[in-house]
Amino acid sequence: MAQHDQGQIEQQIELPFVESVRISFQSLMIRFWRSIITTAGITLGIAFLVSVWTNSEISEAMKVSGRTDQITSFEEEESTGGISIKDRWLILMSLIVCVVGIANSMLMAVTERFREIGTMKCLGALDRFVVRLFLLESGFQGLAGAVVGALIGCIGSILLNLKDFGLDVFFYFPFFPAVGDDGTVRYGVLLIILGGCVLGMILAVIGAAFPAWRAAKLPPAEAMRTEV
Amino acid sequence: MADIVVRAEGVVKEYRMGSNVVKALNGVNLEIVRGEYISLMGPSGSGKSTLFNMIGALDHPTGGNIYIDRQNMSQLSMSQIAWFRCHRVGYIFQNYNLLYVMTALENVTLPMIFAGLSVTERNDKGVELLKMVGLGDRTHHRPDELSGGQCQRVAIARALANDPTIILADEPTANLDMTTGREIINLIKELNVRHKVTVISATHDPKMLDVSDRVVNIRDGMIERIRNRDEIEIEIGKVGGH
Repeated sequence: MAQHDQGQIEQQIELPFVESVRISFQSLMIRFWRSIITTAGITLGIAFLVSVWTNSEISEAMKVSGRTDQITSFEEEESTGGISIKDRWLILMSLIVCVVGIANSMLMAVTERFREIGTMKCLGALDRFVVRLFLLESGFQGLAGAVVGALIGCIGSILLNLKDFGLDVFFYFPFFPAVGDDGTVRYGVLLIILGGCVLGMILAVIGAAFPAWRAAKLPPAEAMRTEV
Repeated sequence: MADIVVRAEGVVKEYRMGSNVVKALNGVNLEIVRGEYISLMGPSGSGKSTLFNMIGALDHPTGGNIYIDRQNMSQLSMSQIAWFRCHRVGYIFQNYNLLYVMTALENVTLPMIFAGLSVTERNDKGVELLKMVGLGDRTHHRPDELSGGQCQRVAIARALANDPTIILADEPTANLDMTTGREIINLIKELNVRHKVTVISATHDPKMLDVSDRVVNIRDGMIERIRNRDEIEIEIGKVGGH
């Protein structure tokens, strides 16, 4: 086996992006069920947020369409020219639940792999390579989880409203953004779904980036000592 | 003059435990000659693993300097340290530290990915290394499908991935039974002799004494004594005679 001469120590090379994508995707697929659980955390958070928001949009659309007679749960709230205060609170609460849930899922998923991060650094991985792997993994998970979550949330909300309003839900379905007669802006379900997807992905990436960056900065000896 | 590959100069390592400062290493001076098999021995908490980590650039010393190939490690950039870990050193750990999501071959080829080898180059070399450690038929098994001894063989193959100058082995036999431990020691010794790799091993396994060129005893963060091959042989002889 060839021995290195006592030559200069060189700069470590950058890894091709394709290689990072391959490794992170493989890593997700191999621990499939663990990945699914983490992704489920994202899905639930986004499903909750999207369902609450879609529900509010549909109720509003029904109100505008004159189907207020059948609205029971929102009739007492005075509309403040758009989403009612109660709905705003609900959306805000679901957003907080969603942020905390996703951050927690990602924190756990990365922290349990500190040893792996230390090992990779022993083998010559640069800090930013380790971080990039985790950003990619969490990005994949975030996107998949959020898309599924947004669809579940939206469909769930439609089903619930079908019970109250019947097929009228589809006639007045607030799919696209619109400006009401009184000048209030309605986001529409399409934007809510897209927003939910983007939000889920961003939250997942941020939630993973923080612990991954922290672990990558540690000397490998310390990262490998970390017990979870 | 002997060809010194590793030189530790007054190495100090302190850990903060709340308000207490614990000195894991308290001024260690050591020179390791190229191609030798050196064992760092000492009870748990003696500082041998800490010294091991310092030599392998896995942690920074609080004081003093480590020179490898006359290069002061504290003056290297992050990128150079990564290159150094990738090309100059092969690490073997007590708990193997294999990536359990990867097959034996993928574990062995990972350092080659970091070194920028092409897919064919690294697969060929990976298979060759696995054959060399006796796992030619286990290339596509994952660590949970391998025994402890086989895992450690994968780790040894991985340590050799980028033809390192130094092999650092931290308690490589601690999780293995007598026979398997003996096999692993023989394998490491063989690499040392055949490939002229410097082997630095932290251990409390007396089986390691047989193959070591020098044994460094560490106690309370300091070097207690260093024994050469001939002195060790006399001691082994004594033990054998009783």
